[in-house]
Amino acid sequence: MSAAASYARRATLLAGFVFLYAPIVILTVMSFNASRLVSVWGGFSTKWYVALLDNEQLLHSAKISLAAALVSATIATLLGLLAAVALARFGGFRTRLLFFGAVHAPLVLPEVVLGLALLTCFVALGVGRGFVTLVIGHVTLTMCFTTVALLAALRDCDPTLEEAAMDLGATPPEAFLRVALPQIAPAIVTAFLLAFTLSLDDLVIASFATGPGATTLPMRIYSQVRLGVSPQINAISTLLLALVAVALGLAAAVSYWRAGRNFRGMKTLARSPDKAS
Amino acid sequence: MSRRRRLSLGQRLVIAAPYLWIAAFFLAPMLLVAKISVSQSVLARPPYRPIFQFSDSLAELWAKAQDFTLDSYRALVNDTLYVESYLSSLTIAAIATLITLIVAYPFALAMARAPERLRPILIGLAVAPFWTSFLIRVYAWIALLKDEGLINNALMALGLISAPLQMYATPGAVVVGIVYSYLPFMLLPIYAALERQDASLREAAADLGASPAQVFLRVTLPLSREGVIAGSLLVFIPAVGEFVIPDLLGGSETLMIGRTLWNDFFSNHDWPAASAAAIALVALLMVPLLLWERARLKEEGAR
Repeated sequence: MSAAASYARRATLLAGFVFLYAPIVILTVMSFNASRLVSVWGGFSTKWYVALLDNEQLLHSAKISLAAALVSATIATLLGLLAAVALARFGGFRTRLLFFGAVHAPLVLPEVVLGLALLTCFVALGVGRGFVTLVIGHVTLTMCFTTVALLAALRDCDPTLEEAAMDLGATPPEAFLRVALPQIAPAIVTAFLLAFTLSLDDLVIASFATGPGATTLPMRIYSQVRLGVSPQINAISTLLLALVAVALGLAAAVSYWRAGRNFRGMKTLARSPDKAS
Repeated sequence: MSRRRRLSLGQRLVIAAPYLWIAAFFLAPMLLVAKISVSQSVLARPPYRPIFQFSDSLAELWAKAQDFTLDSYRALVNDTLYVESYLSSLTIAAIATLITLIVAYPFALAMARAPERLRPILIGLAVAPFWTSFLIRVYAWIALLKDEGLINNALMALGLISAPLQMYATPGAVVVGIVYSYLPFMLLPIYAALERQDASLREAAADLGASPAQVFLRVTLPLSREGVIAGSLLVFIPAVGEFVIPDLLGGSETLMIGRTLWNDFFSNHDWPAASAAAIALVALLMVPLLLWERARLKEEGAR
């Protein structure tokens, strides 16, 4: 490749990453700004973080959001796993098309529509809204994402391995649990994390599905943000960003380590083909 | 294997839980919304007159069927607020999708042509913001776009403008927000399409005398078509129904259907109107999806 093309490529990458990361970096820097104003640097300060500790409402909402994310991501991963198994391994059963469509529909459905549908349903059933309805809403929203992630993983793993296990006397559930499940374990973790972050982040479904006792963190942030930029919101945003950054860093390190191990394993196999066979 | 068969008992147990969940919390609520959309609006709680109930006898059903009304849909067409919201949603989403494409394509191309060992790191960095809070990423733009925000301050400090530009609370701000938030959705499919391309095709074109521009226009671009279409749909469809971005970055006169629907529901308590708008929105979004599916099937058939 020519030198000019190489420079153009680097400049494009630089511009792209600046666009992606500049707003996040600026937000993080502002959270340490002693001044209330966006445009004035009043010196380095952690006072907005200290103020967070006294904000009972915000802390309570953070707890609710974390609990809802934990519970709903667990349920959504389990249901997604069952749905993915049905779609990947059961062949063409009678109502497959309806099932397939209904599982995938929330992916393209605007959140406002799904939220509205859930709320009308809760009201029609006469269910009081609160933590339980919030979890139901989040499971319904995130289950399609976990199904898609797990379905892709199940399709990638070779069904003949399970068939071999069954030929050797394993029942289908045994074959699945001991052959397929270990293979898709990383995808299960990814699916759970995806559902967890989606639930933690969701504003729209939560606003429809939850009740007065269970206001989530995004709902609190949203009601503050509508009034303008607030230093405390900058601080809590930075904490959330840091949390995700640490989680992503760990995930990257683990996948790097796994890849390195597999690579070494393959090299050993390649070096001694007679022993491997 | 027969195409349609009965499931064994064990298989039915596996499928029962996700199936029941979807039926109870997705299919049934959607039918309920469709039902409310043809009900009459009343001042009560819930604010609509129920049409059908399981306990109804046939005669009652017939009597109630007289109550069935398309008023909400008629209002939808006649209400300029709704018509303008739909049109403005489609326009803003289309412009934003086009700009996202223009931003994402060179970015994806630069990543796909980077040295192979760097590619996983680059793509990881490009997708990482997607894992952080959407709400926070949109919020971050308020500080940049406001009248006394960082962009205006920087431009004034450089002497390029004398008075702050009104950027915050405009349709333009909404477009910027959509481009920023949905960039990974456009980036990934285009990158995947470009990365799969065989470099020898480009070399062959160059050997046969094509200029770099011709190679791009006649080899690279046509071969990445699928990625461009998939990415555009992944941006356009959620952008049309978007609520958070127009609400935080748009002005009060920036109408988008997600926002109008939300207000009708929470502020005006007009459930039949909001339900009719929701059903119409779903129908509207089905059009590009079905066209895409048809084009895909046709392409597969041609192969």
